Amino acid sequence: MTSEIIQLIQEQEPQIIEDDIFADEDSSQYLSFVVGEEEFSVNILKVQEIRAWEHTTFLPNSPSYIKGVLNLRGTIVPVMDLRIRFGFKNPEYKPTTAVIILKTVDAERERLMGCIVDAVSDVINVAENDISEKPDFGSSIDSEFIDGIMTVNNSPVTLLNLDALLNLELIAHPFTAQKVSNG
Amino acid sequence: MEIDLSQFHQVFFEESLEGLDAMEEVLLDLEGEADAESINTIFRAAHSIKGGSSTFHFQEIADFTHLLETLLDEMRDGKRQINKEIVDLLLKSVDEIRKMISHIQNDEPVGDSHKELESFFSELLSGESSAEGSEKESESIDIDESESKFYEIDFFPEPYILETGNEPFRMFRELAALGEITVSANLEKLPDFDSLKPESCYLSWKIILDTDAQQSQIEEIFEWVEDDCELKINQFAGVSLETQPEPISTEPSSMTQASSEKNQAAAVPGKSLDILDSAVPSKQLQLEQTKKPESKAAKAPSASIRVGIDKVDGLIDLVGELVITQSMLGQLGDNFDMSKLNQLISGLAELEQNTRELQESIMRIRMLPIGFVFNRMPRLVRDLSSKLGKNVRLEISGESTELDKTVMEQIGDPLTHLVRNALDHGLETAERRIESGKDPEGTLRLNAFHQGGNIVIEVADDGGGINPQIIYDKAVERGLIQPGADIPKEQILSLIMEPGFSTAAVISDVSGRGVGMDVVKRNINNLGGSVEIHSELGEGTTFTIRLPLTLAILDGQLIEVSGEVYVVPLVSIVESIPMSKVEVSRIAGNMKVYKMDDGYIPIIDLTREFQIKGQSPSNEEGLLAIVEGENRKVALEINQLLGQQQVVIKSLETHYKSIQGVSGATILGDGKVALILDVVGLARRASESAAGSNSQVA
Repeated sequence: MTSEIIQLIQEQEPQIIEDDIFADEDSSQYLSFVVGEEEFSVNILKVQEIRAWEHTTFLPNSPSYIKGVLNLRGTIVPVMDLRIRFGFKNPEYKPTTAVIILKTVDAERERLMGCIVDAVSDVINVAENDISEKPDFGSSIDSEFIDGIMTVNNSPVTLLNLDALLNLELIAHPFTAQKVSNG
Repeated sequence: MEIDLSQFHQVFFEESLEGLDAMEEVLLDLEGEADAESINTIFRAAHSIKGGSSTFHFQEIADFTHLLETLLDEMRDGKRQINKEIVDLLLKSVDEIRKMISHIQNDEPVGDSHKELESFFSELLSGESSAEGSEKESESIDIDESESKFYEIDFFPEPYILETGNEPFRMFRELAALGEITVSANLEKLPDFDSLKPESCYLSWKIILDTDAQQSQIEEIFEWVEDDCELKINQFAGVSLETQPEPISTEPSSMTQASSEKNQAAAVPGKSLDILDSAVPSKQLQLEQTKKPESKAAKAPSASIRVGIDKVDGLIDLVGELVITQSMLGQLGDNFDMSKLNQLISGLAELEQNTRELQESIMRIRMLPIGFVFNRMPRLVRDLSSKLGKNVRLEISGESTELDKTVMEQIGDPLTHLVRNALDHGLETAERRIESGKDPEGTLRLNAFHQGGNIVIEVADDGGGINPQIIYDKAVERGLIQPGADIPKEQILSLIMEPGFSTAAVISDVSGRGVGMDVVKRNINNLGGSVEIHSELGEGTTFTIRLPLTLAILDGQLIEVSGEVYVVPLVSIVESIPMSKVEVSRIAGNMKVYKMDDGYIPIIDLTREFQIKGQSPSNEEGLLAIVEGENRKVALEINQLLGQQQVVIKSLETHYKSIQGVSGATILGDGKVALILDVVGLARRASESAAGSNSQVA
């Protein structure tokens, strides 16, 4: 299944180069992927690598969407299941299920976090102007995780705000919460 | 071009602290007789600190060390006697500079505490010089009247002078600060442009300096390059070249200050003595004050390490071998068939060997000789023994034994504590020693050596020893042991490290060990080590500390809990018992406890505690693993014990945050991540919640 994803990426490659040549100065590249039935994207510069789904080591007392930790060439990296995070019920682990290793910076240190998605779809070029502000209505996802909405092939793609999504402060540990309520 | 000097600050701090350590070491050896070399060593250290601090605009340190240097200069010239007071004073200034450096390191204002010492220095310098005779006096008159002199300086540097980091221009600038300067360069040796090497210096200079400074002040400027150049300084008195320059007051401020304070000092003759007297008793306090910022500085994020070049060379060799093995295996893989299987197997074996050696060498980079910690002790022993009025001889051996830098940083305090205790309570006074027929001078021995995968540190004194009977009685009185129980002597002695026991006044009165032994034990246990006490009444006491060589690797026991694999530090495991053979009682409804010989032990159901999906181990098949942390025992419900292996500790906090009950993670042989249990934390929480439910019951 790894090879499938690599193939997927490789298929995109000629297009990336082409797009690069014609890329507008104001446009950036985004990696789009599927979670549940919705399409999401992140800035491609935040993506370190894409891996096939593999077993993770369970972390005690963690929220259900923290699937555990994995060994990334000797580094221990936490993995978040975006499907659970975004409230999609009963996620399945299929051959297309992938872990996107994302980079984020908080408190001046660069951190890595793996995010489980149902499938990686595309690398897209989107001009800054084509990203509309997030709509002000309820969604299955907390709106603080959304940076904006872009339209690709006439369908909406949600641009995620990684700094909010991967913010450790927001990842509450039930145990800690329990302790507070006890105290 | 503006250069950001702050990037060099860290190096300056480190070098200065090293310099101070060197000064301290020599000063402690100095006592009494002093050879020129040791004073030179001190002088050099002070001089580089002064140079560095003025380059980086740490004016307070620069001014202070300048005074120190002036005093040292007099010592070097034999104008000043070296006695205990001076050595005390110098040691005190070493402390003071250290304090200033750590203030600057923490971006704090330097404060005024050095001012007292500074003005005392000034008084000492001027006061003694007036008392010591006409030679000095005439010198200070020289300065006051600023009689102008001419110096002709011929300066022929060796071509490599620039490589040594000495910049002639800087020296000229310093000369210019002494007076009016005329420099002419000699270009004779300058080669053609093609053959010119930019790193070499082809020039020589003739300098005419019109100044009222002393020749020694000029020599001082050239001090660093003495060996790298030919230098002639000739003096012509009186005649001016063109115009008589304005007498500029370029003498170092301290000199003027010194002469102005001379009268004051004469007026208050007893003052200088007062300061010295008050300095001695407060020293202990000061030591402790200075320690805090120091340890804070040690935790600064960009801590660096000095590595011997031989270690680096060894690494390069190993990597070379690894590359060869790798290319051999690569070739083998390109066209592999089963006939080459043996080659492959031997290649892989080689790879394994190389990898292991590489790992060991990398670990060795973090290893530093324990001498870094031992070297603090002579000072402590000296200060403390004079304060306590005991004669103590300190013997240090095995100081080149290496251990991990992190371990070393944390062993310093416990070791200091043990040494202090040995001096305070272990060794008797000279009178007592003579009474019992011993050498009036007590001996304190520090020793370190490797044993297996551990480093062993011994702190031994030949004092009165610990009377096990007193401890035994005390323990019975406190209900720690049953009256009449037959307990081996070593075990009785180790009772003094129980919390609550050590603070007992009775013990420290009876030449036992005083305060905080439990803290020592806890610190060492936290490092994964252990302490043993051996004591013979009347003959002395030996503390033996055993520590793992490194914190990065841990001997682990793998356990399985509901399908998950965890690592428990091997040292913390006491025993494991099948759950079916154990009588489990419940207290406060939910707490399970298990009765062992010495009381109830709380049981933690890890499956529930960690919210692992799955069933807790059943009573028929499950095991109880009794683990101990910080003297608290706790039983863990586990499914089975797996293998034992050394694991490399990785932090969860690099990319995530810390998790209660888990101290880190590691990667097992199959590439999977396994979490390392935080036994101390689990035990603490369990006993706290047990205490909580007990109090609820009560």
